[in-house]
Amino acid sequence: MKKSVIFGAATLACMSAVAATAGTVDDVKARGKLNCGVASGLVGFATPDANGEWGGFDVAVCRAVAAAVLGDPKAVEFVPTTGKTRFTALASGEIDMLARNTTWTFSRDVDLKFTFVGVNYYDGQGFMVPKELGVSSAKELDGATVCIQTGTTTELNLADFFRTNGISYEPVPIETNAEAQQQYLAGACDVYTTDASGLAATRAAFENPDEHAVLPEIISKEPLGPLVRHGDNEWGDIVRWTLNALITAEELGVTSANVAELSAGTNNPEINRLLGSEGSLGEMLGLSADWAKSAIMAGGNYGEVFEKNIGENTPIGLARGLNAQYTDGGLIYSPPFR
Amino acid sequence: MSDKSFVRTEMLPELDPPASTVGIVGWMRENLFSSVVNSILTVVSLGFIFYILAGLLPWIFQSEWGATSLTECREIFNEKYGTSHGHACWGVVNDRWLQLLYGFYPDYLYWRVNLALVLTLAALAPILFAEKAPRQMIYLTMAYPFLMPWLLWGGSIWGPICAAAGFVVIFFGYRFVTNIAGSLVGLIVSVLAGIIWWMFIAGTVASGLESVLNIGIEAVESRKFGGFMLALLLGIVAIGCSLPLGILLALGRQSDLLIVKTICVGFIEFIRGVPLITLLFVASLLLNVFLPPGTNFDIILRVMIMMTLFSAAYMAETIRGGLAALPKGQYEGADSLGLNYWQAQRLIIMPQALKISIPGIVSNFIGIFKDTTLVSIIGLFDVIGLSTAIRADTAWNGIYWELFAFIAVLFFIVCFSMSRYSMYLERKLQTGHKR
Amino acid sequence: MTTLTDPPKESFRLSMLIYDTRYRSATIQVVALMGFMLLAAWLISNTLTNLETLGKPISLAFFTEPASYDINQRLLEYDSRDSHLRAAFIGLLNTLVVAVLGCITATILGVLIGVLRLSKNWLVARIMTVYVEMFRNVPVLLWIVLAMAVLIESLPSPRAFRGENPEATMSLFDTVAVTNRGVYIPEALFHNSLGNIHLFGQSSMRFDISLDLVAFLVVLIAGLFVSNKIKQRADKVQEETGERPTTWWQRLAVVFVPIVILLAILGFHLGYPELKGFNFSGGTHMRNSLIALWLALSLYTAAFIAEIVRGGILAISHGQTEAAGALGLRQGRIMSLVVLPQALRVIIPPMISNYLNLTKNSSLAIAVGYMDITGTLGGITMNQTGRELECVVLLMGVYLLISLSISFVMNWYNKRVALVER
Repeated sequence: MKKSVIFGAATLACMSAVAATAGTVDDVKARGKLNCGVASGLVGFATPDANGEWGGFDVAVCRAVAAAVLGDPKAVEFVPTTGKTRFTALASGEIDMLARNTTWTFSRDVDLKFTFVGVNYYDGQGFMVPKELGVSSAKELDGATVCIQTGTTTELNLADFFRTNGISYEPVPIETNAEAQQQYLAGACDVYTTDASGLAATRAAFENPDEHAVLPEIISKEPLGPLVRHGDNEWGDIVRWTLNALITAEELGVTSANVAELSAGTNNPEINRLLGSEGSLGEMLGLSADWAKSAIMAGGNYGEVFEKNIGENTPIGLARGLNAQYTDGGLIYSPPFR
Repeated sequence: MSDKSFVRTEMLPELDPPASTVGIVGWMRENLFSSVVNSILTVVSLGFIFYILAGLLPWIFQSEWGATSLTECREIFNEKYGTSHGHACWGVVNDRWLQLLYGFYPDYLYWRVNLALVLTLAALAPILFAEKAPRQMIYLTMAYPFLMPWLLWGGSIWGPICAAAGFVVIFFGYRFVTNIAGSLVGLIVSVLAGIIWWMFIAGTVASGLESVLNIGIEAVESRKFGGFMLALLLGIVAIGCSLPLGILLALGRQSDLLIVKTICVGFIEFIRGVPLITLLFVASLLLNVFLPPGTNFDIILRVMIMMTLFSAAYMAETIRGGLAALPKGQYEGADSLGLNYWQAQRLIIMPQALKISIPGIVSNFIGIFKDTTLVSIIGLFDVIGLSTAIRADTAWNGIYWELFAFIAVLFFIVCFSMSRYSMYLERKLQTGHKR
Repeated sequence: MTTLTDPPKESFRLSMLIYDTRYRSATIQVVALMGFMLLAAWLISNTLTNLETLGKPISLAFFTEPASYDINQRLLEYDSRDSHLRAAFIGLLNTLVVAVLGCITATILGVLIGVLRLSKNWLVARIMTVYVEMFRNVPVLLWIVLAMAVLIESLPSPRAFRGENPEATMSLFDTVAVTNRGVYIPEALFHNSLGNIHLFGQSSMRFDISLDLVAFLVVLIAGLFVSNKIKQRADKVQEETGERPTTWWQRLAVVFVPIVILLAILGFHLGYPELKGFNFSGGTHMRNSLIALWLALSLYTAAFIAEIVRGGILAISHGQTEAAGALGLRQGRIMSLVVLPQALRVIIPPMISNYLNLTKNSSLAIAVGYMDITGTLGGITMNQTGRELECVVLLMGVYLLISLSISFVMNWYNKRVALVER
């Protein structure tokens, strides 16, 4: 038993990997796996199932990137992170990218030195109240007890909102969504506030969802998106354009069902460029020509990913809303593939 | 002498003791209703027990094992009992118990985890049940530190063999150099040789051997570790690794060398003065910052390191207690035999001190084992972390008590049996010391 | 007569540093020191290099920036515009509050359970054994989470107090409201309040001292002092005459009459909690997070303390109990006058480490959202500023300071009660 300490040191020497300082894409290729940081359990966005398989909206982004880079959507190591550990994990190179419903803010981008490659979900902070309270606006919440999840931008928005409206409240900070849900249902807080998507997901899981209402006020902008470290633009480009590829695919009507067929070549040059049958976009990224095809095959285009994980036919039942394609009046918009 | 007597000459037959002092009634009179106060206490206690059981039993037994989601459970309860509250939905445990035990370890490799556990018990047997286990098992104990990680992490067999070879290098180096240049130089040189072997040669040799003859089992990343297995693993590694470290620290704290003593005391007091959670923050947030740029090893190893340091400080105090409990005569006896410091420690002091400390070490283990639940706070999937993840699944969103009851029972079984063992040991050791 | 001859003078050789016991210890120490300093230097240089690459040089400037988050449970005034330092200070006070409360209840419960475990009543002893085993063998984190869950699920929400026929009512003559948001108890208010003293101006450490409280304490202490004097005089009279004058009413009066007068002058009255809007207002609000943490920590630690107390009592030789019995003392008095005072000497050292454990375990407060120092400095502040190194190091420093002061005080006390051997 005594010897295990030295063995520990030995394994440590053996197992310590080389950090990703530059050339993340090479590291990922050499490793054969993408290390992707996700939430450690958020309904609809990242959850492990009974077999340990991860699924969810954020997870799909990881899988698409893995498929684009390595050709295999399963070649992902999911690293569960908490609100506290997520940025350190990314900064220290423990993960290659973070897809953990993280709000794109100035200080995270500039001060913490991360690059947000895009937005995969436009969210905003909302309030949920039991209907029996008869509250119809967040401004009527004077003196209410509000459950918030700590470690997010939520508590800052909340403080600002109540402060600017000159009303008082009692914050109840809570670690996980599950506990917030429990407290809210038991009446330990009057209001539950978090991102509107989270509210919808939480409400959907209630025994009687109809007894609760989401208030109309959205008090903040929460553009959630995947992020990478500053300073590795090649890698940033890969993640950015993989996300864009999913979005463009939806816009162009490329789905996981017809992508194989379309990749043989179509009349639409943009589809051809996207799927690699024309031009050399993949090569420019340092990937294979069919990178976008693999990414789309992984879980479908943006719309499919949305519908499968959080869309209206899932228990979470989110409408596309702001997250519809710009052609449908939403904000989801990808720069052209050209 | 007259044959008249006013005193009875023959014994009367023995009467049965009064009915109120024997049997159940007697026992109850003595133990439950011996006085007014006692009777009141008994009645209050009975009421208390009844209250608890009346709440718990229906919940536990009017339950559902087969359901695959909370909604399904609720429907079944509504149908069966008319209300969805007050009934346990054990379906979640039924659905996820393997995950709660093994984390994300591949299910076709569970046998390796089980084997590692059996191996652990077997390797501990010569230490814990010294007189009953066959002596040959000590070889298993010596091989265990290399076998167990290999079983769990998998990969090539050459890695652990090369790591073990380091000790062979040290051993023979010591033998060889001691003959030439004396024991102290021998020790220093051989340890240096060992370190050089591990740091620079072992890796190359292992990969060389691997390319020649590739024997190995499927590698499993430590990220896949989770659940109750992670708690056990962290506990075992922390205690196993901290034992030698703790011995050194305890000796350092007892030594006359001022600087060594100061460093040891500083380390022990620092670690004991801060909560484990801050050390885990260090593991998850800062350890990479403290190490050379570019070092990056996974979070489970980092947690293991911090847990080892944490338990080493407590271990040192336990062993120091053992050292202090030894009669001074033992030290003086060792001196009078002309043994030097290390010989005295190895042959006389440590065997006895460690034996006295075993109960303390066991309770340290229980403590560390319970503390492993804190890793859920830094996002590792131990049982509590997994329970959060399970509740994030749409099927089980909103489930609460069942998971915690299951976890509590798991911990209780393991910790309780260990504390019983330690009590058995204490009794055994006590009789050994009584004359 | 000299039997000792001087050892032959040897010239110093390098190998003597290792082989000569006179020099060896110095060699070892120098090597150890050098090793330690090298290690420290290595760690520090690594850290500096790494921080430079990350672009986060060590700086405490963030401390003066507004924290921007609210803290519900607080002893001092705080608002989201206050600085991070102020938030950390509030958190520290919260840690101390729960630690002190926890230590007190854990001791009371622990002593009670430890004594009851030795009860002659079989059932009571068994229940206590079950209690101890149950709490000792399940992680404290689980107990904290469970305590919170029990409080939330089993107590009525403020909504239940509303309406014509409320499901729940306030207890103790409508003065205390027990809800699943916490317990609201009456607070002391003064019509003619003396006001507050503001200390430390506008800095982060600023706090107010209520002059009412100060006046109250001054009067109380003065009363106790005089009462003590009366007792001493009574002792003296008893020694001289053998008869003890009845003084209990004097002593009570000396303590309580001035206090009552003071309270009357200040216009003392109680502020009762009442349901207003969403919540109860008025009164003092003890949040559920505090109660859950307090409860779980004290129940958990009490199990350990019970074992220590039991061990301590069993360590007192049976002869002591029998001798006390022979003197005609009753069971209760034997325990309180003979056994416990002696057992204290065995009990105190392990008790210190349990107090320390409780304090350190209070860092698990984040599991129930109690804003202690781990929740503020090591939680939200660290999250929002991204200054992990500074926050964690400070956090450790604070805990170290608390731990060292507790052990210092308790060791001092331990020395005082230790057996003075002749």
